[in-house]
Amino acid sequence: MFDYFLTLIVFLPAFTAVILLFFKSRNKIINISIFSSVITFIMSVYLFITYDKNLGGIQFVDHFEWISSINIKSSYILGIDGLSLPLVLLTGLLSMVAVISSFRITKRVKEYFIWLLLLETSVLGVFTSLDLLLFFIFFEFELIPMYMLIGIWGSGRKEYSAIKFVIFTLAGGAFMLLAILALFASDSISSLSMVSIPDLNIIGIPDLISGKNLIVPASIIFFFFFIAFAVKLPLWPLHNWLPDAHTDAPTAVSVMLAGVLLKMAGYGLFRINLGFFQQTKGFTIFDASHLLAILGTISIIYGAIVTLRQTDLKRLIAYSSISHMGYVLLGFSAIGNGINFSNAALNGSALQMFTHGTITGLSFLTVGLIYDRTHTRDINKLGSLTNKMPIIAVFFMISGLASLGLPGLSGFVSEIIIFIGTFKIFPIYTIISAFGVVLAAGYILWMIQRSLFGKNKLLNKDQTYKYEELSDGTLLDLLPAFILTIPIFLIGIWPRLFLSLFDLGIKEIIK
Amino acid sequence: MIELMALIVLTVPFIGFFINSTIVRILFGSESIISGYINSFFIGISLILSLIILFNPSDVTNQINLTWLNLFDLNITFGLLIDPLTSIMLVIVSGISFLVQIYSLGYMHGDKSYTRYFAYMSLFTGSMLGLVMSRNILQLFIFWELVGVSSYLLIGFWFNRSSAVVAAKKAFIMTRFGDFGFLFSIIYLFNFNPASLDIVELYKMIAAGTVPTKIATIASLGFLFGAIGKSAQFPLHSWLPDAMEGPTSVSALIHSATMVTAGVFLIARLFPLFDHSQIMILIASIGAITSLIAATMGLTSTDIKRVLAYSTISQLGYMVMALGLGAYSAAIFHLFTHAFFKAGLFLCAGSVHHASGTFNMKFMGGLQSKMKLTYYSMLICGVSLAGIFPLSGFWSKDEIILSTFNYGGFFGYLCLLIGLIVAFMTAFYMFRTISLTFYGSFRGGGDEERKILKSNNIEVPETVQNVHLEESPKFMTYPLIVLSFFAIFIGYAANPVFFDLIFINKHAFSEFVEKSLEIYHYHGTHSFNFTIALLSTFMAIIGSLFALNTYKSKTEIYKNTLIKNINYLLDKKYFIDYLYEKVIVENIFYETICRSFAWIDNNIFDQINILLSRFSYRFGLNSLKLQNGQIHSYGLAMILSGIVSVLILILLG
Repeated sequence: MFDYFLTLIVFLPAFTAVILLFFKSRNKIINISIFSSVITFIMSVYLFITYDKNLGGIQFVDHFEWISSINIKSSYILGIDGLSLPLVLLTGLLSMVAVISSFRITKRVKEYFIWLLLLETSVLGVFTSLDLLLFFIFFEFELIPMYMLIGIWGSGRKEYSAIKFVIFTLAGGAFMLLAILALFASDSISSLSMVSIPDLNIIGIPDLISGKNLIVPASIIFFFFFIAFAVKLPLWPLHNWLPDAHTDAPTAVSVMLAGVLLKMAGYGLFRINLGFFQQTKGFTIFDASHLLAILGTISIIYGAIVTLRQTDLKRLIAYSSISHMGYVLLGFSAIGNGINFSNAALNGSALQMFTHGTITGLSFLTVGLIYDRTHTRDINKLGSLTNKMPIIAVFFMISGLASLGLPGLSGFVSEIIIFIGTFKIFPIYTIISAFGVVLAAGYILWMIQRSLFGKNKLLNKDQTYKYEELSDGTLLDLLPAFILTIPIFLIGIWPRLFLSLFDLGIKEIIK
Repeated sequence: MIELMALIVLTVPFIGFFINSTIVRILFGSESIISGYINSFFIGISLILSLIILFNPSDVTNQINLTWLNLFDLNITFGLLIDPLTSIMLVIVSGISFLVQIYSLGYMHGDKSYTRYFAYMSLFTGSMLGLVMSRNILQLFIFWELVGVSSYLLIGFWFNRSSAVVAAKKAFIMTRFGDFGFLFSIIYLFNFNPASLDIVELYKMIAAGTVPTKIATIASLGFLFGAIGKSAQFPLHSWLPDAMEGPTSVSALIHSATMVTAGVFLIARLFPLFDHSQIMILIASIGAITSLIAATMGLTSTDIKRVLAYSTISQLGYMVMALGLGAYSAAIFHLFTHAFFKAGLFLCAGSVHHASGTFNMKFMGGLQSKMKLTYYSMLICGVSLAGIFPLSGFWSKDEIILSTFNYGGFFGYLCLLIGLIVAFMTAFYMFRTISLTFYGSFRGGGDEERKILKSNNIEVPETVQNVHLEESPKFMTYPLIVLSFFAIFIGYAANPVFFDLIFINKHAFSEFVEKSLEIYHYHGTHSFNFTIALLSTFMAIIGSLFALNTYKSKTEIYKNTLIKNINYLLDKKYFIDYLYEKVIVENIFYETICRSFAWIDNNIFDQINILLSRFSYRFGLNSLKLQNGQIHSYGLAMILSGIVSVLILILLG
């Protein structure tokens, strides 16, 4: 289209946030925010359509030099490939959904939308930046809007959850900073570009690092990066911030958190841990694949078992997210020993990020709609909601069934690909993990049974809501939910649409 | 051409689902009568095309392909497999489903979620049609799961009844437990050879001897586990009796053509793989055990639908046993005949409930004169189920019992013995049911039951309704007549004994269905043994006379303590539900394992984090004291550290 198109997409939300400063009227603020997020989404769809699959590689590159000395070069580079493109689309989609679903906000409206839009910019930045330093800046910047959004607009123990989120992520970020510095310490690393772009004469870290002596051992750098992403993923045993953050965050923020923020970690694993450490001296990622498989398996089963005990709807979905993000790591571990690896499982792992984003986004969205009406998320106070809000119930059912891996919906596709692929490398872990599917059926159906069906369980003494006065969602309430079901069905029936892209991206990352 | 037709057969129910769940629901509301007609129309199309397919045998070449996944090391192509087995299944599924739709027009009349009911029904039918014509095992699994979820939705159709929702969840989770095995085998087979997921390729590979027995054994164990869950075989049988919480018309479909037959179909579809493995004896044993224990539980149940549910499990056990003994065509034949009379029986039960307002046989009786059509239909289907000459149930059951005899050896004769005992019990509980329902005098129906439950302060289930003793409307009785007709005559399609009839050759059915295994070079033995036929009929007749005699005038029989204890054991379903739900799931899994995991999560992992943060906070707070701004303390620190450094230097030399 034109140069700096990607930059435009990334910074449009931030630019809108600045514009918002000049407006006072609540309606105008909401309309402008929605307009901006819709435009961003349309532009990401445009990227999705115009990306040349035959050409592959990195496209839409924006580049100018930033820090250039003989020792180290860091530039402003944005670009997308098959791996990041679907995630950019996901971010555009979920941000739009999050903004639209926030139209009922009344508290400090202007600031709320400013933070939400800044959050969108930082996430888009993470997925598009190809320079390590830039990546780090975007990765860390996302903390500030999230802290504000949870701490101010949240519910329950919101300050506690917000600070917990910040401390965990910041600790992870500290490890990443150390890893970057450790990389930088080696003479051979003269550029912080995460990929090589031959057209621009940029040689990236993956090529610079291979076979060279590093001052800090590769294994340490690897695990520092890994810890940063494991916190974000979140991986057992670093997961405890997630249920708290989700429980207390407002609906739109939960959607963003589960939908796209966790995917930054998965993306980082692919781009950095897999991209950099294939031919490093002394230690490669393939030495760690066994460990990754074990951690993934534990996350899946542990997350599912703990989920079964939850009675708060949001907490329940948060724990199920831990289980589902475990599949991402399990599929990722199918890199095996580098010779015997499964391309399919890696694709499944990448696809799982996308599908989990849409499915869990829908779950949190519908739980938010339920919470708006009942003012409680305690399953023991719900029940028989289908009678009063049938359409919300349908969307909640769809998200639940997709989450338990029903064929025809997107969750099934990514899970089956992960299982088929990983079985070749780690048969035992795959079988154990596949049992997570049975557990998922258990907690999802039980949740649906207790909240949507049966008899209403609200006691007369707790006056959180009046069952008789409950109503179904309005058109504007349901629009975001409807938007999110489209990719769930689309991928379930026609997975090649996204897999062909992921396949391109992953092939380039794997040497 | 045939494949294109098959594709239409598959798509039209899904179109029906789509129209009913969106257009009809939005434009005409949730009680729209149109939805029922739409369904009947679309499934009618499926039925007509299925019949055309049945009489136009096609080869197994695959013209319609859909590449679902094309990754570098993972290619999955979906296609259609229209062989004789499929074409028979298509007719069973679409035929029974069509009749059930017609019946539902009357049975569901006035339900406030009429549209939703028909939407689910078409999804259910479409999924089952897709299942039977799948060419790829993964594709089969996809429809398999869709069948599971649509039965979940239908069993829990009346979602305000807690019992219905619990039963639906139980059905889904127990079958999912089995599906875990199915999924494992798919993964396993794919990793053995990606091409082996294509069923025709698999047949060819096994026939060519390129599949090691060990691989076949492991893979078929997983598939068997899936089939056990779906077909409600021991030890995963306990979901099926509870599954009658859905509308009776749904039970008719679940028990005859869709859902439970899927498991048997899977074993039949992958018969070469099972035949090649070492677990055939295991399959036969599971079938035999299931048929026996289910039949015993059917003896004492007082709920008419429960009796029928146990009989389904028992008859499925027969089929699984036959498959385990290698009697492929006998199992399919029994599946075929069973579908008609079992659907008929369930629809009769619905009709009886329509009149008497209860499913509890203690409160029925004397309905014979009030509802003649229902009575005669139930009698015909019941006699057919009991396996009495010359109805269709006799022919198919006889083939199965004969197969145990032909198998021979200790195991074969053991199966024969079990088969004969089950035949006796089947006839007994069937005539017990007929006798309690239709003979004697009327014992008050739903009104009476409600009165008793209320006086004992038990909550009255919603299935207990008012009595209005009259024949059901025409929509409900016509399907009964059709099904009764088939319950009498469909057995002759197999023509097991006579020489060539006018247009049905001797052993026509068996030879037709075995063409499915042509690639595998399978040939069954077809014979007819007069002694065995006589023996099984004798057992059935003894059983029915015994039941008729005992239940002529009373509802309870024995007062003896031993019998009472046995009765108690059977009423409690051998405590299997108790073991699964109370002991394993609730006490061991949920209250022990899950609870301790959740406790660990809250009290260990989270606490470690909190302690870590507290430690850092304290550490920072204490380090603050180092910078207290007092010049003399800085001086002290300087001097002390100076001394220490000097000491270190001296010590190190």
